[in-house]
Amino acid sequence: MGKKILLEHINVPGIKGLEVYRQNGGYASVEKALKTMAPDAVVEEVKKSGLRGRGGAGFPTGMKWSFLAKPEGVERYLVVNADESEPGTFKDRYLMERIPHILIEGMITSSFALGAKTSYIYIRGEYFYVSRILEAAIEEAYAAGLLGKNILGSNFSHDIFVQVGAGAYICGEETALLESLEGKRGNPRIKPPFPAIAGLYSCPTVVNNVETIASVPYIVMNGGDEYAKIGIGRSTGTKLISASGHINKPGVYEIEMGVPVEEFIYSEEYCGGILNGKKLKAVVAGGSSVPILPADLILKTEKGEPRLMSYESLSDGGFATGTMLGSGGFMVYDESTSIVKNLYTFARFYHHESCGQCSPCREGTGWMEKILHRIVEGHGKAGDVDMLWDIQRKIEGNTICPLGDAAAWPVASAIRHFRKEFEEYINHPERIRDKMPVV
Amino acid sequence: MPKVTIDGHSIVVPDGTTILQAARMIVDAPGYIGENIAPPTMCYHSKLKTSGGYCRSCIVKVSKGSEKDPRPMPKLVASCRTTVMDGMEVMNTTSPEVLEARRGVVEFLLINHPLDCPVCDQAGECHLQDLGYENGGSKTRYDFKRRTFAKIDIGPFIKLHMTRCIMCFRCVKAADQLTNNRYQGMLFRGDASEISTYIEKAIDNDFSGNLIDVCPVGALTDRTFRFKSRVWFTKPMDAHRSCTKCSGKVALWEKGNEILRVTARKDKWGEPESWICNECRFEKKNINDWVIEGPRHIDPHSVISLNHYENVVATMKLDVAKQQKQLADKK
Repeated sequence: MGKKILLEHINVPGIKGLEVYRQNGGYASVEKALKTMAPDAVVEEVKKSGLRGRGGAGFPTGMKWSFLAKPEGVERYLVVNADESEPGTFKDRYLMERIPHILIEGMITSSFALGAKTSYIYIRGEYFYVSRILEAAIEEAYAAGLLGKNILGSNFSHDIFVQVGAGAYICGEETALLESLEGKRGNPRIKPPFPAIAGLYSCPTVVNNVETIASVPYIVMNGGDEYAKIGIGRSTGTKLISASGHINKPGVYEIEMGVPVEEFIYSEEYCGGILNGKKLKAVVAGGSSVPILPADLILKTEKGEPRLMSYESLSDGGFATGTMLGSGGFMVYDESTSIVKNLYTFARFYHHESCGQCSPCREGTGWMEKILHRIVEGHGKAGDVDMLWDIQRKIEGNTICPLGDAAAWPVASAIRHFRKEFEEYINHPERIRDKMPVV
Repeated sequence: MPKVTIDGHSIVVPDGTTILQAARMIVDAPGYIGENIAPPTMCYHSKLKTSGGYCRSCIVKVSKGSEKDPRPMPKLVASCRTTVMDGMEVMNTTSPEVLEARRGVVEFLLINHPLDCPVCDQAGECHLQDLGYENGGSKTRYDFKRRTFAKIDIGPFIKLHMTRCIMCFRCVKAADQLTNNRYQGMLFRGDASEISTYIEKAIDNDFSGNLIDVCPVGALTDRTFRFKSRVWFTKPMDAHRSCTKCSGKVALWEKGNEILRVTARKDKWGEPESWICNECRFEKKNINDWVIEGPRHIDPHSVISLNHYENVVATMKLDVAKQQKQLADKK
């Protein structure tokens, strides 16, 4: 069994409540940080831990925190991004649903480090019931003196608010999230300025993923160096993986960074192998945006080394033969899957979620969906694959926010690795159309 | 004061200048004889705050970030929203990558555009026509049904034809920044999004006509001018009147002795020099309302300059010369 940090106490009965959570060592980090540490010391520990953003980009959290501007007399904010909308990702929901106090604890400790008097949880509209759970947990924390004025007798005061979004994928992009939080339409902002300089209400703001903030209590309690010992190389600590698709045991798993992908898919501890004993065809390793990889490339890198569940190993080989860890939405496809149909599902999603601000994404996502729809319906044309390739190339990197890239990468990788299947579908649609299900 | 080099032309500019502004400064400098290295724009408007960044047609390659950090920028950047750093080197027309990406942007802007130029009032002074002609391909690869919307009258003077809209947001910013109340915004998402005045509320204020001028395409047109004439059959004249609301400096578009429409004077970059009020724009259509200053200079690349109007200028010059000679002879 690998080391568990976030899910260590997940099966303790009543862990959802404050009392049981505290009996299991909860809120110790608040006590330790507020009573014995300076804010900068906490930031220093997080830096040492090598913790990287768990939302998808993998940016070092300590570095992000140290970029936060600290002008005199200006409020600073911590915003927790709980707008978990990446298809294939459901780890934050699990965490907030089962053990909400770990997030609250992390937020108090992190806000102390950042000097933020107020923090927000921006949660997606579909998680409305989770917001109730969080609000109940926050209420308990207020009652216990862990939130509000002069927390635990210190001179640090803090308030947490939960804001429910309306269910737009784009609001998971940090600047769109801030716009939405301010009550405006959730359109991504043009950067610079970055949120660390001018974020929420034009004040310096740190936006972090739920899982990132939930990792902070362990780091504060055990020290950054201890956290950095877990994992492999620059991928430190543990990561929640949302495993789904054609596997025997779908669910949320906490892994130590560096577990071999093969072990993750086939061992009984994790996914338990492919459903019905079928063969593995492909894997999307980090949520729908990251490139899809065929079985041989996901299990072994191009150099023939076993691929590991870590930021570096998964991206080994760049986009030509690698992918990304992303948000940890691990989707497994068996041999019966049609990659073309699956891609159509993704393309439809990105078309639906494009905000419409900048032209390449607004027009390109719809165009790609239409072409894929034509192919899936059996009316594909000879040049369609080349055209898709060209369209995705013109979207990627030319948009305001990463949604354009997120829409382009799945298309690019599916064509790169499964071009033959596209051509076969176009030439003989009857062979695939009616036989392979849409995932 | 940072120094920036764009396509080999260097210029020293004030802090906070964007790449686009620097490129325009280079082109505008007296004695400049090179090609136009200023990136094309659709959504940027120098007089509207926070405009730009959406259409992506002004993207350029930053091949050297700055003197301090010479690394190139990883992606193409929107030149209208990227400020220059000292020692920055930018490639616009010299970079095949930029031209290719721009061709892509033009294609994206055009796939849902109706291409109804033959019946569109904007034809001849349309930024999208210029952009497509100068930076786009000659064929479309898009063979799906195009997006359409019903036409909407916003107030008595303005027609909104969303089908032609390219979502540049300039009208939204203008409505936001020129008037006290915000009436306009964006509805829906992605390629279904549209500019709307919510429940079709009329934009009712003295400066609403400027929305027509800031629209780079034919999405917002002047209802008092619709289908009256192709712009290249009209004569643009600079004129002014004393107005209590605005500067009163306008361009008149005449046919014979009739004023077909009144617009703001647009500069070289297609941006109104000053905002004009609705009284000047829509109500003063009599030649006696105005003091005519003379023919308006039209950029030679515009289709408007390709008509008989240039000849008129030539004849007028001859006339003036003749009269001067006659005067001299009299003396």
